Amino acid sequence: MASVDNMVPPGESAEPFHDHEPDPRRRDFINIAAVAFAGVGAVAIVLPLINQMNPSADVLAQSTTELDLSKIAPGQAIKASFRKQPLFVRNLTPQEIAAANAVSLSELRDPQSLAERTKEGKRNWLITLGVCTHLGCVPLGAGEGENRGPFGGYFCPCHGSAYDTAARIRQGPAPKNLTVPEYVFTSDTTVTVG
Amino acid sequence: MSFPWAKHYEPKQPLMRWLDEKLPVPRLVYNAVGAGYPVPRNLNYFWNFGVLAGAALSIQIITGIVLAMHYAANGGVAFGSIESIMRDVNAGWFLRYAHANGASMFLLVVYIHIGRGLYYGSYKAPREMVWLLGVVIFLLMMATAFMGYVLPWGQMSFWGAQVITGFFSAIPVVGETIRIWLLGGFAPDNAALNRFFSLHYLLPFVTAGVIILHIWALHIPGSGNPTGVDVKGEQDTVPFHPYYTAKDAVGLGVFLLVFALLLFFSPNLLGHPDNYVEANPLSTPAHIVPEWYFLPFYAILKSFTADFILPAKLWGVLAMFGSILLLFFLPWLDSSPIRSANFRPAYRKFLLILLLDLFVLGYVGGAEPRPWVILMGQIASAYYFAHFLIILPIVARTERPRPLPNSITEAVLAKHAGLGPHKSAMAS
Repeated sequence: MASVDNMVPPGESAEPFHDHEPDPRRRDFINIAAVAFAGVGAVAIVLPLINQMNPSADVLAQSTTELDLSKIAPGQAIKASFRKQPLFVRNLTPQEIAAANAVSLSELRDPQSLAERTKEGKRNWLITLGVCTHLGCVPLGAGEGENRGPFGGYFCPCHGSAYDTAARIRQGPAPKNLTVPEYVFTSDTTVTVG
Repeated sequence: MSFPWAKHYEPKQPLMRWLDEKLPVPRLVYNAVGAGYPVPRNLNYFWNFGVLAGAALSIQIITGIVLAMHYAANGGVAFGSIESIMRDVNAGWFLRYAHANGASMFLLVVYIHIGRGLYYGSYKAPREMVWLLGVVIFLLMMATAFMGYVLPWGQMSFWGAQVITGFFSAIPVVGETIRIWLLGGFAPDNAALNRFFSLHYLLPFVTAGVIILHIWALHIPGSGNPTGVDVKGEQDTVPFHPYYTAKDAVGLGVFLLVFALLLFFSPNLLGHPDNYVEANPLSTPAHIVPEWYFLPFYAILKSFTADFILPAKLWGVLAMFGSILLLFFLPWLDSSPIRSANFRPAYRKFLLILLLDLFVLGYVGGAEPRPWVILMGQIASAYYFAHFLIILPIVARTERPRPLPNSITEAVLAKHAGLGPHKSAMAS
């Protein structure tokens, strides 16, 4: 027992056949090795306990959404659902595109051009998550007659973040532009998001 | 623990003597909250609030266990099960209203309890550990209250969960991963609701455990008192039972009266009507507000609107958590050896301003973000931090305290003399 060993006064060996005990002693090494091995085992047990909190397979399976854009007129927007989060699909008018392109990137908090946020040849289709990058509220502006804020895009009622016509953050506490999810045009009027 | 003149537990009945030898639980109770615990004789009614907080926690645990027999933690049926508790379950409306308003009563008495600690310097040596454990209890309560508010799965529940877990996405680089891990999805859903229920059931018992440590740590130096002067001898104390059990019972009666008024006459006064609308992930309520007890902290969060080195969002989250974590350092920020604000004229004034400041923050937390409201919130938030980090250390070093009484007994006798024709200098 280690406690018994520790009670031996210095200078006197617990085992009379060994006058010169190496430091650390053999028994210390066994103790450290045993505790370390148990520690590795404990960590191995903790991993599944932590990992169970991550999104489960059925949650991850809801990861693509198909959309039909043919009914959305210029100037209109729809709210769809993607991974249980709102998705904004807006058909920009030429004026809105011009307004977005007129802004110099240097005055943006999260500098991105409209071209980077849309697809080649489909510049009028602005597809973003409808989740404010501040604390996750759904901004207004996608529905008919909703407040689109001082920059004519989206306006978050929770803490007053305002987005412009390219859904870029212009005012308020949100740090980032509305997220553009991965998507592909499968035909001229349908997209697959995710 | 405690003082040498504390009464000793001497069971007279054979059964109690037998029990005392095998498992001395009655002895523990006798020494903790019975005649075996000597307490300063001059405690005022502000010393009721610890016991009231314990009573409130007991009410929450009992009503909560019963509600869990009828509640279903599944996004598809949670809202319906709450409505069923309200309409179908026998006395369900009473139990749910008692639990919902009980949370408000719990936070209310805890805020007064914390205020008592600030006014009478209860956080100072030798009771720093009592204070630190108290802050831990407060954090546990806040987590429990938040997760409990999510369970009805109404609009405020859902969007509250969205906003609060959104705090974690402010952490650089790994924030979004942590948020998704906490929620078990990309937005609050079944997984989040289930784990919140599990933790909402667990944390009150953890809280009860920390409360035992809180009381244990308190009973080593013994209770403080309104003069802040140490106990000098037996004449300064009375046994907890029957003196303070009786005084606490009076306070408990008043507490239950206020609770009953709220519960039976205005059970939805402190709630939000939007939470009677089922959670809808595609539509944010026009005005998201937390429960009243979180409003000052929410105001601090909202006060950061511009980036300064770090993003505004991260500042807001850091400041909000910092405003509570700051309390852990309070015993060392206030270096004045005088405990009671009754003898600290400058500290007393600044503490009053802090109280007003908290009410301003509470108003800002619940108000719409108009420019002047934001400005007011920024000033009030700055003052909150200035109180603890600048004003308190300066006041502790520069203030000239009023003369302290020589002992608790002297203060008590002087006060009683003041009731007669000659008003004493001590009675103020």
